[in-house]
Amino acid sequence: MILPALFFYLFAGVCVASAVMVIVSRNPVHSVLYLILAFVNASGLFVLMGAEFLAMILIVVYVGAVAVLFLFVIMMLDVDFLELREGFIEYLPVGLVIGGIFLFELLLTVGFWVINPGVAKTITAAIPTNVSNTEALGLVLYTKYIHYFQLSGMVLLVAMIGAIVLTLRHKASVKRQDINVQNARTPEIAMAIRKVTPGQGLQDSDAAEWVK
Amino acid sequence: MTIGLGHYLAVGAILFTLGILGIFLNRKNIIVILMSIELILLAVNVNLVAFSTFLGDIVGQVFALLVLTVAAAEAAIGLAILVVYFRNRGSIAVEDVNLMKG
Repeated sequence: MILPALFFYLFAGVCVASAVMVIVSRNPVHSVLYLILAFVNASGLFVLMGAEFLAMILIVVYVGAVAVLFLFVIMMLDVDFLELREGFIEYLPVGLVIGGIFLFELLLTVGFWVINPGVAKTITAAIPTNVSNTEALGLVLYTKYIHYFQLSGMVLLVAMIGAIVLTLRHKASVKRQDINVQNARTPEIAMAIRKVTPGQGLQDSDAAEWVK
Repeated sequence: MTIGLGHYLAVGAILFTLGILGIFLNRKNIIVILMSIELILLAVNVNLVAFSTFLGDIVGQVFALLVLTVAAAEAAIGLAILVVYFRNRGSIAVEDVNLMKG
């Protein structure tokens, strides 16, 4: 009985500590690594709560995709990050005040409430006890919430196309193969026949025309 | 020593506050601001899963999955905009973002 509590405090403590390190780290690369640590520990919390599928998805999506994307962008951009940290101390008091107010309000809300006894009647889809978490999730996700599922797929598609459109660029200095231009070439525009006079060679004017 | 709903909600509240605080502290560094937004969304997910577990309703986990999707899309688009902005201006300082001021 003591083991789940122990693991809760371990995961929660490391998660909060690494979240602190994310926001105070001097180097954004360290921030990303601490973000990964926070996500891994949050997925540990999810496992403790019995949401194994979401825990694994959290690791796959966040650690595998989002955090690596952050790392990639940070390393690609040549930015002086120390310069961006100016004003950190200056913003600290107002940030602490607002954060403190927020935490106070949230903990006040969390501390003084009780669950309405009638809430059991409002449950939309009770967690089945005889199947695994993944199967239980699939049973509702692909039937009752299929439209939300498809909509989230649409969101990802739009995000993917948007990211590609935004970052794609054609440099004029890089030569690219254009199939249409190649197919449109005819012997008339691609070749020229010149009479070369013996002893004189090709004249400069002929060469210029040839290049054109 | 049993861990109840309140414990998980407290973790969610602390993570959320840290995300807000991160936005305030790193006002110049948009990459850390994006990471703070990810922290906020993580806190929301912790709350959703906690309520889902302790009320015995699986819909909370479905919703957490959708939040995860939107968070991934948001990170991809945000970083793409950041890359394009850096290509055009050579800087990602937040106070330099004033091209539309006219």
